[in-house]
Amino acid sequence: MSPCPRMRATNPGIRGLLVFASLLLCAAPARSESLVADLTTHLIAITTGFTGASVVLFGATDGPGDVVVTVRGPERAMTIRRKDRVAGIWVNTWAVTFNNVPNFYAVAASHPIDEIMSPAAASLYRLGIANLKLEPAAPTSPPVVEAFRDALERKQQQAGLFVNRIGKVDFLGERLFRTTIAFPANVPTGSYLVEVFLVRNKDVVTGQTTPLVVSKVGLDAAVSEFSYRQPGFYGAIAVLTAMVAGWLASLPFRGA
Amino acid sequence: MDIYLPIAGVSLDIFVLVGLGAVVGFLSGVFGVGGGFLLTPLLIFIGVPPTVAVASSANQLVGASVSGVLVHWRRGNVDFKMGYVLLGGGLVGSLLGVWIFTLLKQLGQVELTISICYVLLLGTLGGLMIVESIRTLLRLHRSGAGRRRLHQHNWMHGLPLKARFRRSRLYISALLPIGLGFAVGILSAILGIGGGFVMVPAMIYMLGMPTAVVPGTSLLQIIFVAANVTVLQALTNHTVDAILALVLLVGGVIGARIGSRFGTRLRGEQLRFLLALMVLAVAAKLAFDMVAPPADLYSIAPDKE
Repeated sequence: MSPCPRMRATNPGIRGLLVFASLLLCAAPARSESLVADLTTHLIAITTGFTGASVVLFGATDGPGDVVVTVRGPERAMTIRRKDRVAGIWVNTWAVTFNNVPNFYAVAASHPIDEIMSPAAASLYRLGIANLKLEPAAPTSPPVVEAFRDALERKQQQAGLFVNRIGKVDFLGERLFRTTIAFPANVPTGSYLVEVFLVRNKDVVTGQTTPLVVSKVGLDAAVSEFSYRQPGFYGAIAVLTAMVAGWLASLPFRGA
Repeated sequence: MDIYLPIAGVSLDIFVLVGLGAVVGFLSGVFGVGGGFLLTPLLIFIGVPPTVAVASSANQLVGASVSGVLVHWRRGNVDFKMGYVLLGGGLVGSLLGVWIFTLLKQLGQVELTISICYVLLLGTLGGLMIVESIRTLLRLHRSGAGRRRLHQHNWMHGLPLKARFRRSRLYISALLPIGLGFAVGILSAILGIGGGFVMVPAMIYMLGMPTAVVPGTSLLQIIFVAANVTVLQALTNHTVDAILALVLLVGGVIGARIGSRFGTRLRGEQLRFLLALMVLAVAAKLAFDMVAPPADLYSIAPDKE
């Protein structure tokens, strides 16, 4: 499965531009904040035909500056295992568990982060995969943690869940900006946080946080909810459905 | 055309899934093995999480086996009495197997234990089968068919509780199929497979059942084992993707039909030879995976939930 399949736009085009234009016309002069931003939608609905989605983030600043956007999925603990050769056979020997690993992480910026920010600021605001705060659950020696962390980042990138390519935040003039955030088909469900930072003189001036929910809807939501609420009943129905399907399938050949 | 699988949480091409179901269904139609040993790794390969792959394979196996049993039954090729006796032993065996599995989990390295069990079991089984079938094929070739006895008589035929299995044309101790079911039950609980793989050769060689009756009878037993696994997985792990199972079934039943027609055209000896080859191929693949350097030393442990 490719990490970035063909995107189904959650109408980023027309609606995004309309909102963008209205912002341009009336909102900007009235604002006293130095940064305003919003998403074209706050819900990514996963339906049976879901193949990924993209969401447009747009906003305005009160003057020249750079903008950095991060998208962070819900956090959970993840265990990474390492294999070693024991008596000629490859066996899982080491394991390190990291707390607080985001399920999804992506960054976009108007210029490369290392050009517009000091390393200290990038680290403080956790901008970029290398600056994620991943702490091992049990005390482990730093070189070991380093190796396992690299593996975790690599695995997540292969799955398209850590996006290492820095996306492009486009400016329209000096103050209006927009960017498209792409989500792959295997995007985990949950509550996401979209953070927007205004950067000047190598440091963050201000920031804004916008929520984004990724959720199953319709039949998919019903099936997955049912499987958790009534597991025994769900299992029985799954078995019965399969039996009926098997029986039906043998019918057209009767007498053959 | 992609379809989103609600429990697996991934989008996959519906035609790939149907095709996969068809291939596995074909095998189950020909040999009467469930095909879970093949389906599960293939599903993992195309991106389904391992826990979901195991549970959903069991679910689709229920449907595929029902369809297979019905087809064989219409040809008079199911020994229901034998099937139920095997199943009785199997259910008791799988209870013990689940207990052993939990014990192995506490000791750690359950995956490695499973792989080693598979390789030893399949390697031995496949080796014995292939030697036997080559010998039979050669003998038939030299002296012509028809002079072979149905089965050899040995100590097993001296056991008490003799019962008549009419379809199988056997008069043997009921302890034999009960014991076989019990042993396969243990194995299938530990290895997470329907057990047709072990059951089919054992029915042919240990019990001496006619090859034609074996697939249908084996599938009959698999229906119940797979249904049991599906419900248990749904209860404990919430990993049964019913949508995935249904899509696989669509391909599976087509494949099973073609497979069982193909199977009836083959002679018993040829069928056994092909089954032996398949068993050996899987054993070789597993052994290779254990010894060959992995592509990536690191892996993400599956979720515990």
